Amino acid sequence: MTDATNGLLQLVPKAEAKQSMKDFKSDQEVRWCPGCGDYAILAAVQGFMPELGLARENIVFVSGIGCSSRFPYYMNTYGMHSIHGRAPAIATGLASSRRDLSVWVVTGDGDALSIGGNHLIHALRRNVNLKILLFNNRIYGLTKGQYSPTSEVGKITKSTPMGSLDAPFNPVSLAIGAEASFVARTIDSDRKHLTEVLRAAADHPGTALIEIYQNCNIFNDGAFDALKDKQRAEEALIRLEHGQPIRFGADGARGVVRDRRTGDLEVVTVTPENEAEVLVHDAHTASPTTAFALSRLADPDTLHHTPIGVFRSVERPVYDTAMAEQLDTAIEQKGKGDLAALLTGGDTWTVVG
Amino acid sequence: MTSQVSSPAEQTDGTVVGEQRKPGGAKDVRRLDRVIIRFAGDSGDGMQLTGDRFTSETASFGNDLSTLPNFPAEIRAPAGTLPGVSSFQLHFADHDILTPGDAPNVLVAMNPAALKANIGDLPRGAEIIVNTDEFTKRALQKVGYASDPLQDGSLDGYSLHPVPLTTLTVEALKEFDLSRKEAERSKNMFALGLLSWMYHRPTEGTEKFLKSKFAKKPDIARANVAAFRAGWNFGETTEDFAVSYEVAPATKAFPVGTYRNISGNLALAYGLITASRQADLPLFLGSYPITPASDILHELSKHKNFGVRTFQAEDEIAGIGAALGAAFGGSLAVTTTSGPGVALKSETIGLAVSLELPLLVVDIQRGGPSTGLPTKTEQADLLQAMYGRNGEAPVPVVAPQTPADCFDAALEAARIALTYRTPVMLLSDGYLANGSEPWRIPDLDELPDLRVRFASGPNHTLEDGTEVFWPYKRDPKTLARPWAIPGTPGLEHRIGGIEKQDGTGNISYDPANHDFMVRTRQAKVDGIDVPGVEVDDPHGAKTLVLGWGSTYGPITAAVRRLRAAGESIAQAHLRHLNPFPRNLGTVLKGYDKVVVPEMNLGQLATLIRAKYLVDAHSYNQVNGMPFKAEQLAAALKEAIDD
Repeated sequence: MTDATNGLLQLVPKAEAKQSMKDFKSDQEVRWCPGCGDYAILAAVQGFMPELGLARENIVFVSGIGCSSRFPYYMNTYGMHSIHGRAPAIATGLASSRRDLSVWVVTGDGDALSIGGNHLIHALRRNVNLKILLFNNRIYGLTKGQYSPTSEVGKITKSTPMGSLDAPFNPVSLAIGAEASFVARTIDSDRKHLTEVLRAAADHPGTALIEIYQNCNIFNDGAFDALKDKQRAEEALIRLEHGQPIRFGADGARGVVRDRRTGDLEVVTVTPENEAEVLVHDAHTASPTTAFALSRLADPDTLHHTPIGVFRSVERPVYDTAMAEQLDTAIEQKGKGDLAALLTGGDTWTVVG
Repeated sequence: MTSQVSSPAEQTDGTVVGEQRKPGGAKDVRRLDRVIIRFAGDSGDGMQLTGDRFTSETASFGNDLSTLPNFPAEIRAPAGTLPGVSSFQLHFADHDILTPGDAPNVLVAMNPAALKANIGDLPRGAEIIVNTDEFTKRALQKVGYASDPLQDGSLDGYSLHPVPLTTLTVEALKEFDLSRKEAERSKNMFALGLLSWMYHRPTEGTEKFLKSKFAKKPDIARANVAAFRAGWNFGETTEDFAVSYEVAPATKAFPVGTYRNISGNLALAYGLITASRQADLPLFLGSYPITPASDILHELSKHKNFGVRTFQAEDEIAGIGAALGAAFGGSLAVTTTSGPGVALKSETIGLAVSLELPLLVVDIQRGGPSTGLPTKTEQADLLQAMYGRNGEAPVPVVAPQTPADCFDAALEAARIALTYRTPVMLLSDGYLANGSEPWRIPDLDELPDLRVRFASGPNHTLEDGTEVFWPYKRDPKTLARPWAIPGTPGLEHRIGGIEKQDGTGNISYDPANHDFMVRTRQAKVDGIDVPGVEVDDPHGAKTLVLGWGSTYGPITAAVRRLRAAGESIAQAHLRHLNPFPRNLGTVLKGYDKVVVPEMNLGQLATLIRAKYLVDAHSYNQVNGMPFKAEQLAAALKEAIDD
């Protein structure tokens, strides 16, 4: 999809002059820990925004609570740093009442998937025109190191000295299950890939969820090293590209095929015999089945076979558009609201002097 | 000045509204100045609808009136049981009245359960109309009647009218192609027809209503109209009803104007739409269904052609969250709920206090704690509204005093929210929400101007001469901060729940700044301009009765009784609970004794005692029902004499 096909971005006024990354930096001192993955994401977002060319005053960043949720303070746009878990709800009210705004939500694994889980799934199912950046570091950072809803089972933290007991959420699986129309995953350190995913999300009409693997170098350092270390990543990381066969590893030696017996996906070594069976990625297919199966390939402990890129990008009715259409329809059918007529509706009687 | 109800008005569809239908024949007609009727039956018997229709007839006739619907939380409680009884009480008069009445003069009991549940409220001599068809042995046993009260003489002191309502209804509808069960369903309309005959109610409105309600099922519409007419004709022909009654229109009770009957929740919804129009801001409602507030969500969702956006959220927190987001974007934002919902919204109300954005939080109070009594009334959320948040988080509190007053209270809450950029609690309750009374429809030019000015440019000059926008630079008079909505070039700013530096709004952990900001937020709310409290004290009394919210009707009725009996008592009623009116302290100190009746355990009394060091005496009732005037009068008399 391009700008031309996306009617929603056209509702947002364009910037009069050409913008640069600098225009999107606020005057506030950035206060994340040195070495935090958030810096890279901030730089990528600030670097990407000029490409959209939207009027800065029509962009809003809304966040919840957590390290990542300080993000709006550093963007020279409108912003709200709200309360824990509630950013999708607040952004829903803003986006559905102001369609001339480009509304972005910044959240973390604890904020979005624990305390705010309900708001996240409902924003996704409604398909409100929001872009949600979910920084997943698999740990609670701001509260100093408790396990999070994406931490692997057995995680030893301050609150789980004998290991955590609960199975983690896979945010991509969760989002697909919640009827998300756009789901992608990327990594803080891969600026190029991160920017590509931001570009695809910005263009998407409706809710876009981007899971960003983000390193917390204080409380969960190296959580994604398997995907970052060049040599290990080659075998661990699967880059999804729409219309391309899903292959990875040295010289594309490995590929994803469908198990004919179960219908599930599996990773195989590609041979001349099975090469034709390698799955071609289709992010736009209506059924979420294959996207979900892709989201289940990764091993939650080793992160082996982790797909990144756009899992799913389909068009379906956008909540705020439908809401605006109902208002228009009501005016067409009943005429613009007449207050005097409303108040005097029903049975009335008159007392005269 | 002689006021009069105008002659019946012909409507555009040719029907005539407001004409008193005169029973024919030679039966006695007696004049009454007021009547209290209670319709009672199973929750599936349509008693609320019957009451609503009788109320509409009464309103269009021009009586003053006040209603009290009372129903269980269950949609269809087990049939024929005491917990399943649903009732609707209506008080109407030829003069102005203030309450739905203490004790019914007439009880319509559709089954033994309805009789048993309500008989205790009836004075001896009251008329009781019972549906004898339902007084079977089994039905009597179900509610614990050892013998049939219609036969055993236990109702001897009452004027009993045994009527086989079901049989008569089925008989009246035999020409219709309806099953017996379908025909039986119209028995409430038969009862309504009978009562309409007894009290000379105009009937066109009900017939029109039935035709429109069942427009898609014309057979059912005709059957209901037939049952309604059969009930009227039964009254006119049967020997058992020898007398009918006239209650003249309350011509002197009402100032000149056009009136309609209105419930509290409808008035509140209209108040919100009107506030949006007067502020020239789009209305946004974020809400989650909860009794007894849901009707406001239903009503507002019907008026999208006024630019009203209604958002049914996934939970209470999302309801207020979305509203707060819309407020940031420049809407007149509202969330509606009841006590348990306020508990869930508390953190977001605190955020709104910190963000200093306009937001209306409407709490239709019900019995608590926890789920409590969802369909019953109470005013026990006052301290929750005042203090139910972490930190120092002052929120203005406004309370309507009658169903129609919910309209004005909504406008007042909007005025405060918009002027001072603050969340405002609007405390209605179940009694106001579902009760109804005549409302003089305001002329549009009487309505307040609520227009606001969004920030449009820099508001501060730095030492080096640079013009900047400071989101927390306050208006020196109101202490309100500027409302700069997204889309305004040059005013990009970030706000949040972390403490902010005065002026710039940047994050600040500075101790002195926090102390200053806490005091400033409090000073802003304390400084809200609210009208002084008016005292009604014609005789220079020594005792003052002070109330707030929906107790206005019963307290005023009790005060009238006392004065009619020669007692001296002063009355004041608070619309503003935070801040209190400036003159309240002086008023309170002018009396030897202050009595505060509340449907809680003394929450306003606690506030008054703390703030003014006045020895306020509480009189409390928390039984899910409004005060009765007689009982209040007795309590106040005791206070006067004490």
